[in-house]
Amino acid sequence: MFFRARYPDEMAAKTTIEKLKILADAAKYDASCASSGTSKRNAIGTKGLGSTEGMGICHAYAPDGRCISLLKVLLTNFCTFDCRYCVNRVSSNVERARFTPGELVRLTLDFYKRNYIEGLFLSSGIIRSPDYTMEQIVAVARSLREDHGFLGYIHLKSIPEASPELIAEAGRHADRLSINIELPSAIGLQHYAPEKSTQTIRGAMRDVRRGIEDNHEARRSRLIRKAKAPRFAPGGQSTQMIVGADGSDDRQILTSSTSLYGTYKLRRVYYSAYSPIPDASADLPPVRPPLQREHRLYQADWMLRFYGFDVEEIMDGGEQGMLDLAIDPKLAWALAHREWFPVDINRAPRERLLRVPGLGPIAIGKLIKARRFARLRLQDLARLTTSVRKLLPFVEAADWSPGSLTDSPRLAAHITPPAEQLTLF
Amino acid sequence: MTVVTLASQTDWDGWRRAARSLCARQIVPEAVHWQCDDAQPGLFAGERDGCVDTRNGGLGAIRVPRSFLTLSRMVVCHRDTERFARLYRLLFRLQDEAGLLANATDPDVDWALKCGKAIRRDRHKMHAFVRFRKVGERDGRERFAAWFEPSHRIVELATPFFVRRFPNMDWAILTPDHSAIWQNGALRYASGASRDDVPDADRVEEQWKAYFAAIFNPARLKVQAMTAEMPKKYWRNLPEAALIPELIAGAGQRTTAMRESSVTEPSERSKRMARRR
Repeated sequence: MFFRARYPDEMAAKTTIEKLKILADAAKYDASCASSGTSKRNAIGTKGLGSTEGMGICHAYAPDGRCISLLKVLLTNFCTFDCRYCVNRVSSNVERARFTPGELVRLTLDFYKRNYIEGLFLSSGIIRSPDYTMEQIVAVARSLREDHGFLGYIHLKSIPEASPELIAEAGRHADRLSINIELPSAIGLQHYAPEKSTQTIRGAMRDVRRGIEDNHEARRSRLIRKAKAPRFAPGGQSTQMIVGADGSDDRQILTSSTSLYGTYKLRRVYYSAYSPIPDASADLPPVRPPLQREHRLYQADWMLRFYGFDVEEIMDGGEQGMLDLAIDPKLAWALAHREWFPVDINRAPRERLLRVPGLGPIAIGKLIKARRFARLRLQDLARLTTSVRKLLPFVEAADWSPGSLTDSPRLAAHITPPAEQLTLF
Repeated sequence: MTVVTLASQTDWDGWRRAARSLCARQIVPEAVHWQCDDAQPGLFAGERDGCVDTRNGGLGAIRVPRSFLTLSRMVVCHRDTERFARLYRLLFRLQDEAGLLANATDPDVDWALKCGKAIRRDRHKMHAFVRFRKVGERDGRERFAAWFEPSHRIVELATPFFVRRFPNMDWAILTPDHSAIWQNGALRYASGASRDDVPDADRVEEQWKAYFAAIFNPARLKVQAMTAEMPKKYWRNLPEAALIPELIAGAGQRTTAMRESSVTEPSERSKRMARRR
């Protein structure tokens, strides 16, 4: 009621472009912009437009280095919640705006037809009730799909407290659903986001996982292709954790990620360095965003998913629950486990090669094929990787053995890049 | 010396026919000179000087892995002037070394894989950075045009993507070497064009630029991460790139202002809501 009464006089004067400035600004703290990993489809033979081809496309990059793949906006930044870390919390004095579903549909289509974007990533502040908000979000996606035959990518933020029927409809229209876990610990969430609860968030993730799995099951059991079951978020679900807003250490964050990947089969956990926001809350000290820490967490996340490490192994390379900021976590682990090295690139199995700092899954794939032809030398390795120098202490090749280099006490100092010079202040 | 003249700079079919014929007759790579006849495309394709009889391409059993077909088709679009000769050398070697392509440490294979990678990247960037401007509408179909400058000769390689995505619009993508035109559901290719053939504005660009500026977080300035993926050579054809210098220049000051501004009182709205709880 409150917002309905306020809406006409406050909003009437704002043009689409003014709203866009406010509602894109309000959405930029969400790190996700992925448009990959969904079903392949295109508009040939339809009356609509759009395609998805497996690999996402970044149509531009902002000067913060982030990919711009989707039109990432909020439906509105009015919000009844008071999450301390959030620029849109009710107690903030930022300027507010609200799109109509029709405006968003037109903006999405206008951008898409000019090849600016892969699709839409729509989130929203909570207005009136979670169900009301979710309905508005779903209405945009429904109109794009049903009224305009839009086949591009749609990522919807699901409101954890919304009814399962609405989430189910969101899943039919969207390629990806996400629910932000926000903070790694339940206590942090309780303190900083009093209206949210870890239990509700996890419950909603569980429902989405079930939706995806039931849908897979239904599709598999249809014998006749024509009778295809409606799809459900073929691009899976993802979440985001804010890093540096509460007191959680890296071990807690990575443990939380492992549990999320395992329990809810998430495609991605995004880490978002807490960034100073306009009109910040008094109980969050204004700081520089811990970008290096965020970067190390992404590297550790990769080690969990693609390199066969577990959280405790990764934390071996750090200290007191925090990753080393100066060197990447895989190198840190290797320095703490010299007994694993050197690894013979001509004999070692894949799992062992994956432990070598500087070797990734793609280079290893090529290496394993290439060594069937001849015993590999350093110059062969140079064709497969970007930097052989980094590998030298950790590998053996036909013409190379690191000797005592591997166990040298000065190795860490030798490899660690010099500390960043302090700037004059 | 056998001289093969191909119909165009990207004449993969011509190269393939000639290469099969040469290979079947055991002509060593060092004895072949490859050139393109851009002036009169197709006129003498593969039938001049050395009299390469391309019609008998199938006489020997020339076998290559399927992946070589895909790879060579891409590499032909590369601007490396030696591409036809080096691809022929690979084809020639493949007859005795069937698994050669799996050996990424071989210099010829390494070269071909790197060219293929460069072409895939170029194509990907074209899919990403083409910017259509609306020209108007005709017979209920919206019409768009774009000017783009790819690094390699990839227009034909990159166009099917736009057909799959925008079959119900009419559009033209113009580049210096080559143009693609999709009209009423039919695709044709034409010669190169000029930037002036495309409108210099579109009303939606103001919204797009507003979005680009608003989604940028000044507290996370990372210019190198941006230019690694969106090199400056593309900027002149991206309307939003005009904003980049001022966004970078203003970032420090905006961030400082955010840090230093004092914490404000909760808004009137939130106080009222708190009372109602």
